[in-house]
Amino acid sequence: MVSEIEIESIAKLADIDLARDEVAGFTREFNAILEYFDALDQVSGEETLTPELTNVFREDEPGGCLPQEDVLANAGSTEDGFVKAPRVM
Amino acid sequence: MAGTLSFAPDDRCNAFITTCDAAPYGDGKLSGVAVAVKDNISTCGIQTTCGSRILAGYVPPYDAHVVSLLRGEGAAIVGKTNMDEFGMGTTTETSGYGPTLNPVDQTRVPGGSSGGSAAAVAAGLVPMALGTDTGGSIRCPAAFCGIVGLKPTYGRVSRYGLVAYANSLEQIGPMARSVGEVSRLMEVISSYDSRDSTSFDRPYTHQPSADIESLRIGLPQEYFGEGVDPRVAETVRSAIGRLEDLGAETVPCAIPSMAYALAAYYVICTSEASSNLARFDGVRYGPPAPTQKQWHEAFQEVRGEHFGKEVRRRIMLGTFALSAGYYGKYYGKAQVARRNVRQDFERVLGEVDVIAGPTMPTVAFRLGEKSDPLSMYLSDILTVPANLAGVPAISVPCGTVDGLPVGLQLIGRHFAEEQIIDAAYAYEQEGSA
Repeated sequence: MVSEIEIESIAKLADIDLARDEVAGFTREFNAILEYFDALDQVSGEETLTPELTNVFREDEPGGCLPQEDVLANAGSTEDGFVKAPRVM
Repeated sequence: MAGTLSFAPDDRCNAFITTCDAAPYGDGKLSGVAVAVKDNISTCGIQTTCGSRILAGYVPPYDAHVVSLLRGEGAAIVGKTNMDEFGMGTTTETSGYGPTLNPVDQTRVPGGSSGGSAAAVAAGLVPMALGTDTGGSIRCPAAFCGIVGLKPTYGRVSRYGLVAYANSLEQIGPMARSVGEVSRLMEVISSYDSRDSTSFDRPYTHQPSADIESLRIGLPQEYFGEGVDPRVAETVRSAIGRLEDLGAETVPCAIPSMAYALAAYYVICTSEASSNLARFDGVRYGPPAPTQKQWHEAFQEVRGEHFGKEVRRRIMLGTFALSAGYYGKYYGKAQVARRNVRQDFERVLGEVDVIAGPTMPTVAFRLGEKSDPLSMYLSDILTVPANLAGVPAISVPCGTVDGLPVGLQLIGRHFAEEQIIDAAYAYEQEGSA
């Protein structure tokens, strides 16, 4: 069981605002879903690598890329050819 | 013959988010054919929202690989179809652009998450469409709207340009009113792409054949048991009976991992979503984050405001499942469960050629009927196993219950789309007569 306080903390970790009046509903639905996930308790065995699968790599060679104006076209805020992000400090 | 197709559909079911009133087309196998594309597949110059308000106004600067292939074969991309927000839903009701209605009965949902694509095809607005299937999102709406939909083998169609929700599960696939048209579209979109590292060089070039003499069909008890509407099960059994009349042989089988497949699916897809959807923060695209505010505060605000409830719920579930202290209980177990599902399918498909059952446990829900998230998740029980195992699966219409369409689901071996397409074709050509 997770509490309303834990739900608010998960939302914060995920960078998601929850309205105060949504917390109780989210908590109730979350707990019902987690209870259903308990079906996984019957699964035994360890996580193992799948030997028939291999990673696919390519050579680190520069390829074509989009023009700067295309890349910035969808950004909400730009300055001097850069995207502008919120303050870090 | 190159040209421009004018497209002004009477879209009373809200199947489209964006339409292109003059769609250019070229020469090729699909010259001049109107194709609708689900709105989570990038289309250069055409708004792509994923059914989310957080991508309102986003215009991709490049085409998804499948869209390049469509254009290369002359298709006219006539619009972007409505969907559950980021593919998270089974009804198309979680869209930020209003629900799509089922053309068969407008008080019902079309299924989801590719509900717009299914409705556009079923209503006759386009002959074919692309959908995506993470846990049934092509097959469910195909079944609910009475059309054909194929989820290809994982890796047979490139995901380059598909806005990711759960990368290890999802595939782009064809939807149309007939098996032949689905096959024709599949031929165009299956091609190796070095930009998707999970892409296989296994192109599909196949002419559907109705010859299913001595085809062995496995019938898993779990697909006809608890939770499945007995009238739906009966309709599907009688369709399988027709396949027997055509020379197929049926064999009972079991997929015991079905007991926890759905739980594993929801742990895996939400975990992947929590990581994938971190990129939507209002900086590079979408409604702008308030740059004068602190980083986390700005992101929380823009994500809280523009993500719908179901998307926020799934991001939070995934964040929780991956968090310290819970990883082993949820994500670790889900990976083991997934391996068991895959092994169950490989074992059964070693003994039979295809597995058959209903696509969905019920017919289309009424709008608003699935207000509780868990009850909506439970309706995916028969479709998610194919995504966990990575095997191909098709839904083909096989009758009605209360006037609403029922889908027959046929699941095949990895890269054996040809076999399930032939079985579906045989039913369509001969069985339903």
